[in-house]
Amino acid sequence: MLRAQSNADSLSLGGIQAAGPIGRCIMSRTISDSTLKRQYLLDRLFRGATLMFAFLVLALLAGIIATLLIGAWPSIKTFGFGFFISSEWNPVTQKFGALVPIVGTLVTSTIALLIGIPVSFGIALFITELSPRWLKRPLGIAIELLAGIPSIIYGMWGLFVFAPFFGDHIEPWIDQHLGSVPGLGIFFQGPPLGIGMLTAGIILAIMVIPFIASVMRDVFEIVPHVLKESAYGLGCTTWEVVWRLVLPYTKTGVIGGIMLGLGRALGETMAVTFVIGNAHELNASLLMTGNTISSALANEFTEAVGDLYFSALIELGLILFIITFIVLALSKLLLQQLSRREGRPS
Amino acid sequence: MMTSLTAIPPEAARKSQAETSPKLVVKNLNFHYGKFAALKNVNLEIPDRRVTAFIGPSGCGKSTLLRTFNRMYELYPGQKADGEIILDGVNILDSRQDLNRLRAKVGMVFQKPTPFPMSIFDNIAFGVRLYERLSTHEMNDRVEWALRKAALWGEVKDKLKQSGNSLSGGQQQRLCIARAIAVKPEVVLLDEPASALDPISTAHIEELIHELKEDYTIVIVTHNMQQAARVSDFTAYMYLGELIEFGNTNNIFTTPKQKATEDYITGKFG
Amino acid sequence: MLSLYTRRRLFNAFNLFVSFLTMAIGLFWLGWILWTLLRFGFGGISIKMFTEMTPPPGSDGGLLNALFGSLLMTVMATLIGTPVGIMAGIYLAEFGKGNWIASITRFINDILLSAPSIVIGLFVYEVYVVLIGHFSGWAGSLALSLIVIPVVVRTTENMLRLVPDTQREAAAALGAPQWRVISSVTLRAARAGVLTGLLLAVARIAGETAPLLFTALNNQFWSANMNAPMANLPVVIFQFAMSPYDDWHKLAWAGALLITFGVLGLNILARVVFRQRNILA
Repeated sequence: MLRAQSNADSLSLGGIQAAGPIGRCIMSRTISDSTLKRQYLLDRLFRGATLMFAFLVLALLAGIIATLLIGAWPSIKTFGFGFFISSEWNPVTQKFGALVPIVGTLVTSTIALLIGIPVSFGIALFITELSPRWLKRPLGIAIELLAGIPSIIYGMWGLFVFAPFFGDHIEPWIDQHLGSVPGLGIFFQGPPLGIGMLTAGIILAIMVIPFIASVMRDVFEIVPHVLKESAYGLGCTTWEVVWRLVLPYTKTGVIGGIMLGLGRALGETMAVTFVIGNAHELNASLLMTGNTISSALANEFTEAVGDLYFSALIELGLILFIITFIVLALSKLLLQQLSRREGRPS
Repeated sequence: MMTSLTAIPPEAARKSQAETSPKLVVKNLNFHYGKFAALKNVNLEIPDRRVTAFIGPSGCGKSTLLRTFNRMYELYPGQKADGEIILDGVNILDSRQDLNRLRAKVGMVFQKPTPFPMSIFDNIAFGVRLYERLSTHEMNDRVEWALRKAALWGEVKDKLKQSGNSLSGGQQQRLCIARAIAVKPEVVLLDEPASALDPISTAHIEELIHELKEDYTIVIVTHNMQQAARVSDFTAYMYLGELIEFGNTNNIFTTPKQKATEDYITGKFG
Repeated sequence: MLSLYTRRRLFNAFNLFVSFLTMAIGLFWLGWILWTLLRFGFGGISIKMFTEMTPPPGSDGGLLNALFGSLLMTVMATLIGTPVGIMAGIYLAEFGKGNWIASITRFINDILLSAPSIVIGLFVYEVYVVLIGHFSGWAGSLALSLIVIPVVVRTTENMLRLVPDTQREAAAALGAPQWRVISSVTLRAARAGVLTGLLLAVARIAGETAPLLFTALNNQFWSANMNAPMANLPVVIFQFAMSPYDDWHKLAWAGALLITFGVLGLNILARVVFRQRNILA
């Protein structure tokens, strides 16, 4: 009560004396209708413009699909469904089939995931559960830098450094030991060329690890602490907490991250082009050379002669786009599902 | 409780009893958040150049009511008001009412200070520039005037170029008040303006409210009954979206007509 | 026979050790690649690299035209892509609450974000290169800008969403029309984040090769003509590395070193900018 009184005094010393009289005389401020109308129009314009650009993003997708479809039409018409099951790729006879690059793309991506998933999981586990606090950020950045290295660098490194090393030291061993295993052997037989499907798959694995690992790390961190603490309270080991609690809890997010990595692996061009060998032949052995959709495009597109050859290459691009679209859409849906569950109060 | 009652300045009480013309008239106002009815048939007259306080337990609709006066709810889909709110003879809920004009006339200060990411000077000038073309000199005068009015000038006059975020919480809130009055509104809405502040800053804000009612119609939402008693001339008690009682602050706090109001202000619940 | 408890403990220790190994493998790869670049590339770095044009096989030269072309196309792509991305991002964050156009756009944008860049090259080839009849710097910039757009849309939207609604309310309460609220208040509050996204986008396109193969192609000579085929670092590196000539290999490694450290530098800068501004704000 006393305070209110004294405060009122102090105030009249400051603001009011100077402001009071002016205050009243400018009180009524008129805003003209034309100003308001202009503002209204500008608002409409601004909103319309942003909407237009948002549509542009949609149009981009539609444009890509439409353009590729038109470009691929001659090939689609000529080869029909046979395009998918023929392994012939002959510019001279104008016979084209996409089996080799499709298989190559799927095989290299599968190898990438087989190696990439466990390694990414290990990295995410290390960063979220084992690393000391001060090291978490630097490690996270290091892994993200691995994602920042341009793909052409992976390609060069793969061709000049990794492939020779792999061909000299690892592949002979694989051929000798795994190549003689009955049944499985045919996948691992062949001359130690260094380059080939397996090499491409390993390099792709290195490239997708940062993507998968950082999604896994992010989703692992959303697991509520109380949940983990109660499991530790029951006497669970760190591994049991992660394997039996964190992983099931974040399952959809982890799968989403893997799909994201798969999307990257499927579309990766330069790194693969350097080391796959670009051979249009179907080999059971992973040590042999092959081709993927993207490396076929990178190698042949600018040198292709003849409309049908062009069209077949564009159809390859269309197939690649559709496959990655489906994979990425699934990834996005799964990640959305996790975050939706996360947002729901339980 | 008692101290807060005696804190009402006697002259304010006298003035509030005198006949005052209403600035805002609320008629049959209903408000919905989606399907939930947040306000049920509210009728109320807010007198000109007085302080009117809305009190009530959380979730009673007092902030919702305040936010209908500048139609702030329209920023969000699914929120809808029906009825009439008449400001100077014009129904502001009319869809033809220009929102920007309304909001330029009805200023608002929020619970948490909301300085814009720009200098102290630009924080004040931002709103003024929207509808007025002032010379540099005039603008300087206006900024000074607003800051003086908000009792902040002395503290910031040497650092007008600094970011508004560099001020303390209490200073930021006074900056927001200065920003609101710089555009010369006629009504100032205060949505729990002191709830995030320390006691000294709160006292500053309350003094300001006293000063401002000379020129402005002020509506304040507060969860703090002592504050309502200290600063307001009229008080509305709300509960579950309904206006339970409205009247002279003195009367509401000393001789409430409704049992519910009495229970609330004597602390039996809420 | 070990007790159950001991077995669990051992299993745990073993798995955690494997986790440590995977982390080490990740870092080892990063180190190996960077070490390779330094070993092969450092010797090739010289002043000539920045003063002379790409040479024909068997003679001396530099990478000036390729550096210039890359820089020019990256700048152009950023200039084209940024406004588009920011505007679309604004729509998603500010106008798109609970509206189906926004939901679909957001979904599609996220897919384009990870779409194979070689397909973007094909698209620009079909709609632009075929139309004008030859490869050009503009085509290259256009392809790169299509990679910039989704990145900028995503970061703009995310950063605008971080701005609290009270800022929008406070500006609207002054009678500010929405375009002023967004341009002067929310976008301004989000600028550090948007800038970070932009830097990451630039880092991404600076090393892109695949979309340039069918658009800008390459040019052995100096050219500042955006309407003609244009040299650029990634494609030069690709061409030189795949060639049998030692001189070209050497230049390719030097270029690779330059581009990698440039891109990684941008990545780190982006993080620094974001952290600093966030602390200040």
